Amino acid sequence: MKKMFTKISYCLTVALGISMFSSAAIAKTELTMYYPIAVGGKLTQAVDSIVADFMAENPDIEVNAIYSGNYDDTRIKALAALESGKPAQLSVMFSIDVHELRELDAIIPFDDVVSTAEEKAWLNSFYPSLMENGIAAGKTWGIPFQRSTIVMYYNKDAYREAGLDPETPPATWGGLIAAAKALTKDDGSQWGLMIPSTGYPYWMFGALAMQNGQTLMTSGDKTNFDHPDVVEALEVWKAMGSEHKIMPEGTIEWGTLRQNFLEGKTAMMWHSTGNLTTVKNNASFDFGVAMLPAGKRRGTPTGGGNFYMFKDTTAEEREASMKLIKFMTSPEQSAAWSVATGYMGVSADAYETDALSSYVAEFPPAAVARDQLAYATAEFSTYQTSRVKKGLNDAIQAALVGSKTPKEALSEAQAAAERILKPYR
Amino acid sequence: MKDSTRNIQGWLLFTPAAILLLAFTHYPTVTTFFQSLYTNKSILRPRRFSGVEAYESMFSDPIFWKVFVNNMWLALGTIPTSIGIAILMALIVNKAIPGRGFLRMAYFTPTMLPMIAVANIWLFFYAPEIGLIDKVLEIFGFEGNNWLGNPSTVLPSIIVMTVWKEAGLFMVFYLAGLQTISPELEEAAKLEGSSRWNYFWRIQFPLLLPTTLFVLINAFLNSFKLVDHLFVLTKGGPDNASNLILYYIYETAFSFLDISYASALTIFLLALLALTALAQFFFLDRRTHYR
Repeated sequence: MKKMFTKISYCLTVALGISMFSSAAIAKTELTMYYPIAVGGKLTQAVDSIVADFMAENPDIEVNAIYSGNYDDTRIKALAALESGKPAQLSVMFSIDVHELRELDAIIPFDDVVSTAEEKAWLNSFYPSLMENGIAAGKTWGIPFQRSTIVMYYNKDAYREAGLDPETPPATWGGLIAAAKALTKDDGSQWGLMIPSTGYPYWMFGALAMQNGQTLMTSGDKTNFDHPDVVEALEVWKAMGSEHKIMPEGTIEWGTLRQNFLEGKTAMMWHSTGNLTTVKNNASFDFGVAMLPAGKRRGTPTGGGNFYMFKDTTAEEREASMKLIKFMTSPEQSAAWSVATGYMGVSADAYETDALSSYVAEFPPAAVARDQLAYATAEFSTYQTSRVKKGLNDAIQAALVGSKTPKEALSEAQAAAERILKPYR
Repeated sequence: MKDSTRNIQGWLLFTPAAILLLAFTHYPTVTTFFQSLYTNKSILRPRRFSGVEAYESMFSDPIFWKVFVNNMWLALGTIPTSIGIAILMALIVNKAIPGRGFLRMAYFTPTMLPMIAVANIWLFFYAPEIGLIDKVLEIFGFEGNNWLGNPSTVLPSIIVMTVWKEAGLFMVFYLAGLQTISPELEEAAKLEGSSRWNYFWRIQFPLLLPTTLFVLINAFLNSFKLVDHLFVLTKGGPDNASNLILYYIYETAFSFLDISYASALTIFLLALLALTALAQFFFLDRRTHYR
């Protein structure tokens, strides 16, 4: 018995020694990065290939890019890794997580990391509306990477069949409803329009509210759910199903909507630009992409993921992380990423590259999201964002399925948000 | 062998299981309980002792009551149905019929498939317009339905899928139970001219009661434990119409990062399950016929 213990402890010592030796032998800086994908498709391959290019250029840096599910899963995994003492150094996470990550003291602002004038210029090279979600308390905490806006995909063949002009998609709510009525078939085989209301209902609603002239929040601690214009926006959304009958009643599933569109069950859908390449590759009909129509004005929230850098990192790791982030958001890589996925190029320079400018020339829908940035606002984000967001999501769904009126539902959500956000003012 | 050696041996044999139980069941339970008595820590607001505040807010939280009631409906909807179907399937595949092995496998397949994969398939079954169910209904001239997008059909839809998933597993237990019943009883019943139903109701079903007790406990626990499919199918929506306690705990803990409240919910769920298991053992056990 005693002999066995000696043997085991001997083995353990040797094993420990080897592992210590091997980690000392590698002088590489090792980075772990989590990243989410919310729209499906072959996006992991696109990330892997960018990371492989980066490592080929920087042999002294080893990057483990780990696909970690949707935005919520990614945040959980990154935070769990942080707790476990084997943290990631940087991650792509939901742009709207900024307040919660700050409150947890998990991330550092990029202002603390950039030093040279060139790096400061880099920080200003992105589209300003993509930076909105990353800025809090006067500092920049997130660098845009996989960013999107909501766009309207429409089936040009269905437009022709209904006698509509496929080259002039509706630009106003009135036009949208009229077109959708013409496109809706009485036998139920084709709906005019679908706006998804599961998964990210607050995001779609952010667009409608802004088109009606009001944003969902004024700052991280103040929401506007019960503002009359916001309530009216929800009434308009609900009426599309219950009154105009251009959209199925009840909630519409985020995950299966693209399939609905591809199978011709809806002539128009509102969805993330992140779907563009997948739709392009799978649509058996002629389709177009348009900016969302205007109520009082045009409007859409931006969406998607930003790069964050974690606090628990060494100076070398921060430097290496900066290199990686700069690489992945550089005009060339951003252009390649945009072509591969449909997500936006994150800077004006990305659209100046040969790759993206020729792609846009040959496939104009790729520029719609960028053009729409002129009307874009930040995505909904507050302190305790998930909980406040859930209140809003529940309210939207309750109104759409008819269990509460839009006014009731939103007033309740506003009251709940007030309770949660009061301590932060 | 001396008594003391035997004792040591016994303890040694018990140690691995005890360590696992302590590390993964008892220790987390105790820490969860203590976490529920404190507020969450953040750099803006330090942690403080809050006593039963988390439990008070739980009982005044309408979503908590909603998910609790949903869970009870789910239990009520799944347990009797899946047990009934399981017994029926077990009786069928217990007979000497051609293709028995194949049939047994077919019944058991849903149990073997991973819940997430299954949910992704059912998501498209339930999808309005393009889904299998709506397409079949269309053939027979019925109107389609937005199964998962309508608060009145979403929970029943989840129940149907859960029954489909669970019945096969319970069937295996019943099949094992049926095979322990001595064939002489059936012969005797036949000689006496007892009907098939009479034989089942007077002989088979009572003899299967220990199995039923076991399955009942499992089914009840599962109705609280199984939430994997919600991640894919509905995320608890619309407006919490399909939200369940465990999924709400997950949301609270990992989405809202509210560990304190999540701990209180967890303790509630644990207490509920422990009480039910005890009740089932003490009350049902007495009426169950063991040989």
